[in-house]
Amino acid sequence: MQFDPFVIPFNIGLYFILIYAVVRCVLWFRDLSRADKLRLQRGFFGRPFAKSLKEIFMESLIHRKILKSNFRLGYMHMSLAFGWFLLILFGTIEADIFGTRHLNPPYKAIFFKFFNPEHGRNGIEAFYAFIMDFLLAFILSGLLLAVIKRFSSRVVGMKKTTRLKTLDKVALTSLWLIFPSRLLAESFTSAAYDTGSFLTGSLGSVFASFLPVNELAYPFWWLYSISLGTFFILLPLTRYMHIPTELFLIFARNSGIRTGDHYGAFTEIQTYSCSSCGICIDTCQLNLSTGITDIQSAYLLKGIRNNEDVKDIANNCLMCGRCDQNCPVGIELTPIRMIMRREPETKSGDNGFFEKYFPSHVKIPVPKTNGSLVYGWLPAVKTTKAEVLYFAGCMTHLTPAIKKSMIKILDAAGVNYNFMDEEGGVCCGRPLMLAGKYKQARELINYNSKIIKQSGANILVTSCPICYKVFRESYYLNIDVYHHSQFINSLINEDVLRLRFLRKKITYHSPCELGRRSGVYAEPKEVLKHVGRLQLTRHEDENAYCCGGSLGNMHISYAQKKKIASDAAKDLTRNNPDILATACPLCKKTFSPVTETPVADIAEIVAEAIILSHPDKKNYSKVISLKEPVDISE
Amino acid sequence: MKNKVIVIGGGTAGMEVAGQLAKHDCTVTLLERSAETGGHVRDWYHLFPDRKDSREVINYLENLIRHKSISLFTDTDVNDIVRENDFFVVRTSDGKELQADAIVVSTGFDLFRSERKEEYGYGIYDNVISSADLEKMFRNDEIKLQNGNIPSKIGMVHCVGSRDEKVGNVYCSKLCCVTAVKQAIEIVKRIPEAKVFCFYMDIRMGGALYEELYKEAQQDYGVNFIRGKVSEVSQDIDNKLITKVEDTLTGRPLKIGLDMLVLMAGMEMAESGQKIALSAELDTGENRFFKATDLHYGSNKSNKNGIFYAGTCTAPMNITETISHARAAVIDVIDYLNDRSN
Amino acid sequence: MSNFGFTLLKARRIDYDANDRSIADFIHDNEPSFRWCIECGCCSATCTSGNYIGFSLRELQILLKRGENEEVKEKIFNCMLCGKCILVCPRGVNTRNVIALAQEAFKNKKQHAV
Repeated sequence: MQFDPFVIPFNIGLYFILIYAVVRCVLWFRDLSRADKLRLQRGFFGRPFAKSLKEIFMESLIHRKILKSNFRLGYMHMSLAFGWFLLILFGTIEADIFGTRHLNPPYKAIFFKFFNPEHGRNGIEAFYAFIMDFLLAFILSGLLLAVIKRFSSRVVGMKKTTRLKTLDKVALTSLWLIFPSRLLAESFTSAAYDTGSFLTGSLGSVFASFLPVNELAYPFWWLYSISLGTFFILLPLTRYMHIPTELFLIFARNSGIRTGDHYGAFTEIQTYSCSSCGICIDTCQLNLSTGITDIQSAYLLKGIRNNEDVKDIANNCLMCGRCDQNCPVGIELTPIRMIMRREPETKSGDNGFFEKYFPSHVKIPVPKTNGSLVYGWLPAVKTTKAEVLYFAGCMTHLTPAIKKSMIKILDAAGVNYNFMDEEGGVCCGRPLMLAGKYKQARELINYNSKIIKQSGANILVTSCPICYKVFRESYYLNIDVYHHSQFINSLINEDVLRLRFLRKKITYHSPCELGRRSGVYAEPKEVLKHVGRLQLTRHEDENAYCCGGSLGNMHISYAQKKKIASDAAKDLTRNNPDILATACPLCKKTFSPVTETPVADIAEIVAEAIILSHPDKKNYSKVISLKEPVDISE
Repeated sequence: MKNKVIVIGGGTAGMEVAGQLAKHDCTVTLLERSAETGGHVRDWYHLFPDRKDSREVINYLENLIRHKSISLFTDTDVNDIVRENDFFVVRTSDGKELQADAIVVSTGFDLFRSERKEEYGYGIYDNVISSADLEKMFRNDEIKLQNGNIPSKIGMVHCVGSRDEKVGNVYCSKLCCVTAVKQAIEIVKRIPEAKVFCFYMDIRMGGALYEELYKEAQQDYGVNFIRGKVSEVSQDIDNKLITKVEDTLTGRPLKIGLDMLVLMAGMEMAESGQKIALSAELDTGENRFFKATDLHYGSNKSNKNGIFYAGTCTAPMNITETISHARAAVIDVIDYLNDRSN
Repeated sequence: MSNFGFTLLKARRIDYDANDRSIADFIHDNEPSFRWCIECGCCSATCTSGNYIGFSLRELQILLKRGENEEVKEKIFNCMLCGKCILVCPRGVNTRNVIALAQEAFKNKKQHAV
């Protein structure tokens, strides 16, 4: 009784998937950049290793993040992942202790009951059988939820569930069959031998009362084995590839590897790590406010995996980063989308059978442009010297209240500044990047960089979070870049700006580009606490809404933007603040028409609160270094 | 027994309705939420197209409502309107409960609050004013900048709060074009050396004698017309208002430094009217104005039998049209009352 | 037949019948708000690029609608996509998408021509 032919499908599947996973990891490793290879090597033998193990336990098995955001969905994922893991673990121990010998091949653990039908009659054996039955029940309860979710996604608290392709359906069916067939196979065997614990034992006796359990057991062991084998062999072609890939992703990420702005092995690893859980669909305001449900990150990644044209999906997004924050796997969804918006640099190989298992990427030669500039007509750079440069940004010219307030604040604090784009400037380049036009953006970046460098300034202050993000991340400036909320905060801390308390209730809306995309949450709020009573909502920091006015989305109409804005504004003003504060001219412009609550930029509120003492202009020179904002990478 | 009618809103339309109903043997209660009747006309100096002093119209209306069958309550806001069997009960902010056989809503319009168009700098820059502010200056006979100087270059911005999706008003307020021309003429009359520039998208001179006024402004007053919507305004060190517009007829961007900028504020459904619409369940259109049962032959009738509309609570109108609309409402009310008693 | 010299100069007149309006159609099919423009010029007045070089979206879009594509094909790439125009447009035209689509159309045309 050491072997039976029915284990062959399982064995083939198992060894196939193990070898496949190793090969795939080696290929991915090979495709990493040199620097990333080094990071991974260092990470693998260093402290990140322990961190990764912990993360694998907490996220890949327990699914802590999903549990936190949606308990029932989390339970479903946990019961399948953690339950199955425990079943294998305990199964192996069981086979080791109670089996005929130690160190068994894996199939012995999986099909233990078949090979040891008499097991579980007494004492410790019975207790162990109880544990195994319990784990099976645990998994089956999750499976039940999964089946219900497929047919009515409301039950697990999700509004939308992802749509599947055919192969996924086959794999899903085989996955669904695994545990029921094990249940039945074990029950029948238990009934035949009068063993089995509370689940398989009792179910077995029920079946035995009206079914020929002796004859039925064997086919169901075959079914169990075939389900497992099929699932393993199809796994690389389906979303379940996320199971092995996620492990690799966790190691890579904890070693410090980030997406960057080109398609590479890490992008692909992230793409395959998506389990299509659909949480990104639930948090997406395009779904919540405008009912657009086919462009969310899960679909983007699926499209990339299936080698489809994802341009339209990639472009129809607010780039607010809410899905990044909520992704339980921690995939850098928005940076990946940024990459997919660019002109493709690589092309996936043909969709032949082999390529399905090992997609190859062909580099597309970037067409030479003969060095001709798109914006070659921009005038030669002329700058005057300055200590501090103030760059209002294009949008801020349409919100003169912000501009005027900033001038008042800078003057009151005695800052020796130069208004860089007083008469209008050149765009910072970020909107072009958001549209996937990096080459054009680079031209504007170079142009503005020249102005900034020639001015000799060591501080750059901007009123626009869009500009702020690109100044800090994509300009190679050896200079401190501040959003005005940070700068005002430093002025207050240095005591060069005296403010009175306005006795107003203020709710703060964190702009996407400043908050989620640049990690600046604290300073704006600190400033507001100086001048008013900050009222918190359910949408603070990472959970902030997008105003809907985003330049990231060129697809949706004005009416749709307005709908997103008014839904968000309604929620934000629920506890009737006196002011809805923000720190972005675009957010202000977007919110103003859709709410009765006055909308104001932080700069306006501060300017109103200034106690005018005539500063003796000594003030500012010493202030300057703020801490580097937290590292967030794109 | 005389029929009782409550008229809500004591502006041009409400006063006309009240006066005419009283003449036709009704007892009228006229409710006005501010301290005095007359509505927006009281804030205006001259009326287009003949530059008649608005006080003449006010005098006419005041005489009209000086009638024994009209009781006027000022400083009275309407909380809600309830139908009870055959009559209506109107509850007011000061706790009155008034009964009536029919109601005429004449809540009028609100002038668009120009600060909502932030890029024009109203409330931010010193010398950006609204058309209503300019009328006050005319009345007080001092067209001056904040620093006391007399302006010499003045811009009139058409369509502020009208035909603008971004402030939620897609409709044309239809009176601002002619108001701009009338005001431009008045400015040049008072400051002959002043240059006035009208920035327009389209000049809409649909009323009687409007086009003639337009020509007069060009011919006799040298008013300049530049076809382009102002996009943004900034202020330079000399307090000049740097105004940016595309001169669409030459196809080139145009920048001009002005001393004063006058924003031609459009007309919006009055907030008080919106409140009544909600409480009395009266239909409003996409443009938020009351929606009459038919645009052609039912423009005074609401979706509630016995409640009628008069004047600019249904659409932007000039004074001539408002008075005609109010008189038409009176016919509908009398018809309704007669039908009921038969 | 002798030529009396009254032939109109071809270049001056928009030949509506002969002109190719496929680019305008392409833009409209993908961005319906393309048709909403009322030529107010707000977009060009506020335009960042327009400060430096002849770039008027108002002008370019009407030229496309008339099929005068030659005048547009290079100028359309002067845009910086900064988005000011989309904020000021009183008709709610999705200006940035109009420009992006026009650019795409001209690029595709060029590729097909090669």
